[in-house]
Amino acid sequence: MLNAKIPAGPLETKWSKYKSTVKLVNPANKRKLEVIVIGTGLAGASAAASLAELGYKVKAFCFQDSARRAHSIAAQGGINAAKNYQNDGDSVFRLFYDTVKGGDYRAREGNVYRLAEVSAAIIDQCVAQGVPFAREYGGLLSNRSFGGTQVQRTFYAAGQTGQQLLLGAYSALQRQVALGNVKMYSRHEMLDVVKVDGKARGIIARDLVTGKLERHFGHSVLICSGGYGNVFFLSTNAMGSNVTAAWKAHKAGAFFGNPCFTQIHPTCIPVSGDHQSKLTLMSESLRNDGRIWVPKKQNDNRKPTDIPEEERDYYLERRYPAFGNLVPRDVASRAAKERCDAGYGVGASRMAVYLDYADAIVRYGTIEASKRGEDNAPKEEIIAMGKGVVAEKYGNLFDMYAKITGENPYETPMRIYPAVHYTMGGLWVDYELMTTVPGLYALGEANFSDHGANRLGASALMQGLADGYFVIPYTIGNYLADEIHTKPIPLDHPAFVESEKKVQGQLDTLMNIRGKHSVDHFHKALGKIMWDKCGMARNEQGLKEAINEIRALKEEFWKDVRIPGGQHEFNPELEKAGRVADFLELGELMCMDALMRRESCGGHFREESQTEEGEAKRNDENFSFVAAWEYKGPGNFDLHKEELNFEIVHPTQRSYK
Amino acid sequence: MKLTLKIWRQQNNQAKGHFETFEVSDVSKDMSFLEMFDVLNERLINEGKEPIAFDHDCREGICGACSMYINGRAHGPWHETTTCQLHMRAYNDGDTIVVEPWRASAFPVIKDLTVDRSAFDRIIQAGGYISVNTGNAVDANAIPIDKTDADHAFAAAACIGCGACVAACKNSSAMLFTSAKVSQLALLPQGDPERKQRAMDMVAQMDKEGFGSCTNTGACEAECPKGISLANIARLNREFIAAGFSSEA
Repeated sequence: MLNAKIPAGPLETKWSKYKSTVKLVNPANKRKLEVIVIGTGLAGASAAASLAELGYKVKAFCFQDSARRAHSIAAQGGINAAKNYQNDGDSVFRLFYDTVKGGDYRAREGNVYRLAEVSAAIIDQCVAQGVPFAREYGGLLSNRSFGGTQVQRTFYAAGQTGQQLLLGAYSALQRQVALGNVKMYSRHEMLDVVKVDGKARGIIARDLVTGKLERHFGHSVLICSGGYGNVFFLSTNAMGSNVTAAWKAHKAGAFFGNPCFTQIHPTCIPVSGDHQSKLTLMSESLRNDGRIWVPKKQNDNRKPTDIPEEERDYYLERRYPAFGNLVPRDVASRAAKERCDAGYGVGASRMAVYLDYADAIVRYGTIEASKRGEDNAPKEEIIAMGKGVVAEKYGNLFDMYAKITGENPYETPMRIYPAVHYTMGGLWVDYELMTTVPGLYALGEANFSDHGANRLGASALMQGLADGYFVIPYTIGNYLADEIHTKPIPLDHPAFVESEKKVQGQLDTLMNIRGKHSVDHFHKALGKIMWDKCGMARNEQGLKEAINEIRALKEEFWKDVRIPGGQHEFNPELEKAGRVADFLELGELMCMDALMRRESCGGHFREESQTEEGEAKRNDENFSFVAAWEYKGPGNFDLHKEELNFEIVHPTQRSYK
Repeated sequence: MKLTLKIWRQQNNQAKGHFETFEVSDVSKDMSFLEMFDVLNERLINEGKEPIAFDHDCREGICGACSMYINGRAHGPWHETTTCQLHMRAYNDGDTIVVEPWRASAFPVIKDLTVDRSAFDRIIQAGGYISVNTGNAVDANAIPIDKTDADHAFAAAACIGCGACVAACKNSSAMLFTSAKVSQLALLPQGDPERKQRAMDMVAQMDKEGFGSCTNTGACEAECPKGISLANIARLNREFIAAGFSSEA
């Protein structure tokens, strides 16, 4: 059994007690301690900046051309915080409770409580940095609601909250770069973790412009490299998002937690053809005002606006009257799939449902007319006013939809379908965010810790920033306090030499295959296996087939991939090849994990385990644990378990009815 | 659709570049501009040739990585649209499309259509932040901000740092980029204590990077995919002049 090192004592005092008793490093010693941060999204940028402010010497790495482009930038909807500014009954406990329940009782109570506890300070910090959150006319901050909750606790900046939060963290990071406390390495990719005497002591990185391998020493290494949704090829992730840093850490000894826990987001723009390179999310905030429906008749070919009200099935409102269109993502996604599989889907592919704003436009238009004292305005004017209000709230999302589909969402309902969006699984970490390798930490989406089997909307930004701003600055000291006598390890140490040789070997092998098929060819094939057999619904037979198919594909990849260009130059195909090689190994583990977990929970839906109404049915007796996989060689993983104990929230069948 | 593409190829920063012509067929109207490049690159790889290098990442118009100069316009023909969000229904069968990298001496070419925009990071390092360490913040609602100011600050903060403003400008000026950040922070009370130093330092860094001067042609605003307003440049000028006067006092 793995020990998460959760502090003893009542839930509400665990973190404050930890903070008051944790070991400290004095300022003079901090200057001598070096920390490597991989990734500069919300978790990485906030960690790098905060640690540098404390006085540590930080090196930060990102594969993009600038730290500002990390994929946190694309998060649209918002960030949760238990501020209770709306006086609607929110509290730290409620945010904690909603998150544990939303995660279908597969997250750690201690971690989630801490997350809820620090959430309010994140908003304060961001505002102090100049993050321009949405405000009311009185000058105070505005909130909206998000799926899976009944309070308004989500702070937002139009549909660009991730961008604004990331630019806040990025500016804090750039300030530390200017002060000389952070050395920034952009267009660099980490390709191995270097261990000395069992501890993480550095990395091997490749300069993506020159192709040169570099050795970097650190007293500790933080993996903040995001999630692995791109294992499905098509996802809402950026094209470059990858598992490589996390996977190399895994192969260096860090256990991988709950790899099969994937979030399929219900509101994305459907696939339009074989050329599709990625899927675009339409923020969950759209479900606040939009209504989701399909025709009551199968294969209905009428235009949506020609289908009368009584012939529409608002299936979320029908099935879940209490939460309606605001059910959590896993529930909404499965319900959409169920309707489409049953033949009620819409659009050319029939793999889509409608997200309709007609009612919201009329509702907002009526309010606006009343505000202007024009209660008897004609319907067209009311609709025009309503469109204005909707444009102010969601304009950038509607514009994006129009550009991608060529349709006007103010006039006709949007077509949406679920797509891979986020991965709850990730490197296993203890309460201090340390992996099973001493000195090696994982933060943000790269770790598995806080979202259980399903993440609630607006919680990813919260977790990334919580880890970076408010958790790691305390917990890393507990480790580094004992490292003050460790001198920087020379880069010609055998551990560095050997690690670089291994990395060089893999690059040589890849370049020398000179096969017939492009990297994307293999990536698409892997994505199809994963989506068909380890996607929104999984079963034993399909998962077993998937494992065999992935193994065969992996073999073919290493025989037949074609990488043009050279190794010692800017070569995006070579970068992609290394990432797909890692995705192939991860995909196999995800299927093994999904096969092992013979229960449904959150986003993990095993067809064999469902209630009579088709909801996910957990098996707490046998599966109330975190699956932490240890790498034992190619295709060989050992399962370790961390028992989940619920002292406060007692697991029940989740209900949103 | 069948299209003719004339694309800038350049092996590396030292090499001499040239245009290479490609005929592409079976282009669907539903493809994004970059998906057309994906299809072309797949073909080049299958033919044993080197694919075209170009920066791209989120493909949702927000990361600011994509950066193609298309038929003489930064990010192509659609108003307030990044290259990745440009879709092929913008074109007709038989069209010829010329694609170049951003051209500016402060943005050296790395390969083909990929350029080095790290100068933008250094401009931010010169002062594009509020000096507040983690943990120093007061309650978020302790600083009420006029909604109009907050909205203007947000509009300026929406800049994605793609560099289209520089590419569109005949002087390769980075004034729109720099002014957007200066404006955002000048409009907010949190940014007030450092506003003078910030304006001076960021402008100095912009000049040092080799960006040209602003002659108010407005090309930057016209081509900006995020609709960043020229009013920001006016505000930067005011901030800069005010900072100059008061620093003498």
